Amino acid sequence: MSARNGKRTPGSLLTRPWEPLWQLFHRLRPARWSAYVRDHWIGKPLVTAVPMIWLVLFFMVPFIIVFGISFSQSILAIPPYESLWGWVDDKVLTLRLHLGNYNYLFTDTLYVSSYLYSVKVAAVSTLFCLLLGYPMAYGIARSPPTQRNIFLMLIILPFWTSFLLRVYAWIGLLKSNGVINNILMWLGLIDQPITMMQTDFAVYIGIVYSYLPFMILPLYSNLEKHDRTLLEAAADLGARPWKAFMRITLPLSMPGIVAGSLLVFIPAVGEYVIPSLLGRTDQLMIGRVLSDEFFENRDWPVASAVAIAMLVLLVVPIMVFQRYQNRELAHK
Amino acid sequence: MIGGRKFFVPTMLAFGFAFLYVPILSMIFFSFNNSKLVTVMDWPNSPTLKWYGKLFQNDQIMGAAGLSIKIATMNACFSVILGTLAGLVLARFGRFRGRTLLAAMTTAPLVMPEVITGLAMLLLFVAMEQLIGWPAGRGVTTITIAHVTFSMAYVTVIIQSRLANFDDSLEEAAMDLGARPAKVFWRITLPLIMPAIISGWLLAFTLSWDDVVISQFVAGPSSTTLPMVIFSKVRLGVSPDVNALATLMVLIVATGVVLSAIVMQRQEKRRAREMQLAASD
Repeated sequence: MSARNGKRTPGSLLTRPWEPLWQLFHRLRPARWSAYVRDHWIGKPLVTAVPMIWLVLFFMVPFIIVFGISFSQSILAIPPYESLWGWVDDKVLTLRLHLGNYNYLFTDTLYVSSYLYSVKVAAVSTLFCLLLGYPMAYGIARSPPTQRNIFLMLIILPFWTSFLLRVYAWIGLLKSNGVINNILMWLGLIDQPITMMQTDFAVYIGIVYSYLPFMILPLYSNLEKHDRTLLEAAADLGARPWKAFMRITLPLSMPGIVAGSLLVFIPAVGEYVIPSLLGRTDQLMIGRVLSDEFFENRDWPVASAVAIAMLVLLVVPIMVFQRYQNRELAHK
Repeated sequence: MIGGRKFFVPTMLAFGFAFLYVPILSMIFFSFNNSKLVTVMDWPNSPTLKWYGKLFQNDQIMGAAGLSIKIATMNACFSVILGTLAGLVLARFGRFRGRTLLAAMTTAPLVMPEVITGLAMLLLFVAMEQLIGWPAGRGVTTITIAHVTFSMAYVTVIIQSRLANFDDSLEEAAMDLGARPAKVFWRITLPLIMPAIISGWLLAFTLSWDDVVISQFVAGPSSTTLPMVIFSKVRLGVSPDVNALATLMVLIVATGVVLSAIVMQRQEKRRAREMQLAASD
């Protein structure tokens, strides 16, 4: 009994009427309280149920609805889609599945080309992110601890500031009378401003810039855990630093590379804000197509079909990411 | 990197940090420029605070900022509660039926493209309104629900990884001494994960404060959040008052992050010292 419990006056019986009961129960406790309580505690299902119900209702059910609506037909009504269920003569329940939306996706070149373009943009940006992020994560992991904390804070800081405003900052740098062109012209390196806005280049920059912390942090947490003696052993055995890096550090950091790349690639495929602000107007990305279908054409079934098509592409990367994430959280 | 690691890595670090900070710094720099053309310097009349003045006179921006703060605060509180529960369940409750599902539903929102989440949430709200009449119309409630759903996933990860850093020996000891699970949670687990809860709250606040895509889907005509106003302004090109707004936001965030980092580091050090003292007794 702690001093605090010892001080408890009879008055506390009023506020804690269950206390004597509890103390009696406590005397009859099983030998290993903790294991018993953990296994039999009635609060456990309750605590589990709260986040579970929330996520099932607001995360899982919505996807089922999207899947359902992707098979329905667009009509002029509120909401603008036909119900999948119907009653024939008020007796027989029928299910009408309409495959036209998917057929439309495959036959209209707009969808196919923006789908492929999105994958290309996401892949190239992920590669650039890795090429810049890996040496940075490596440098941070190898720097002395005091510097390391400052570096890490500098990596995380932009992540806390508005994503939208950070993308906006690049408009000021990239546009034809923007900072980069002004400096280059002032230096006399160019006579005419270079067109950088509304190009693939601008989208790559925007994605790399916005997602760089997501690449660096998993890489860093992986590289930081490496056993340095392995490299020393390799050096003792005569391996050049480059070879030691290729044979030891790089293979060991594979989980970090996979996690970082997926954290960039998956959201980048569906990116909407960056291509809208910096990207081409003649070639849309799939996220923009989805939102245009929804807001401009008010064709909810086709928008749902686009979402499902995107999910089909992303389901494998998402599952790989989940496996990594769960392993990472279990093995600390 | 042959013989050049000493050169290559620091160069990349310097380049990377320049890449991260030059755009932000240039945005701050031009917020004091007098010219309406933002990136064309008007030296004789600069620096000026006129765009800051204009910003505070802009009722649309101020109103949207108020709404965003309200939503972000509610979102942060709900997300922290739900995320802490989910993190606790995943880190401490061992294996149970549905664990895989819960783990999947708390990691998928981290990477799910926003357009998909936004569309899915909106279709759910429409279907629910048809079925049970709630939520009637779309606005603050629907935006908050949508934000909580993806923010709580981030909080869950933070709480879970914090809990994974401590084994459950302290909690077990408390239970062996007769504390009930609820008491163990309030007296042992909660203080241990407090830093994670605070950073989770702040992160959830920022995520909501920052979100434009999901809000656009689930917002009603009368509820325009700050990012939505900024996005519609920015789509038309650069505008000096957005620079001023960005500068204010960067300054607030930077101060907050640096301060909280210092405070948390101090607390961690104290806790480590106390743990050491307790161990040596």
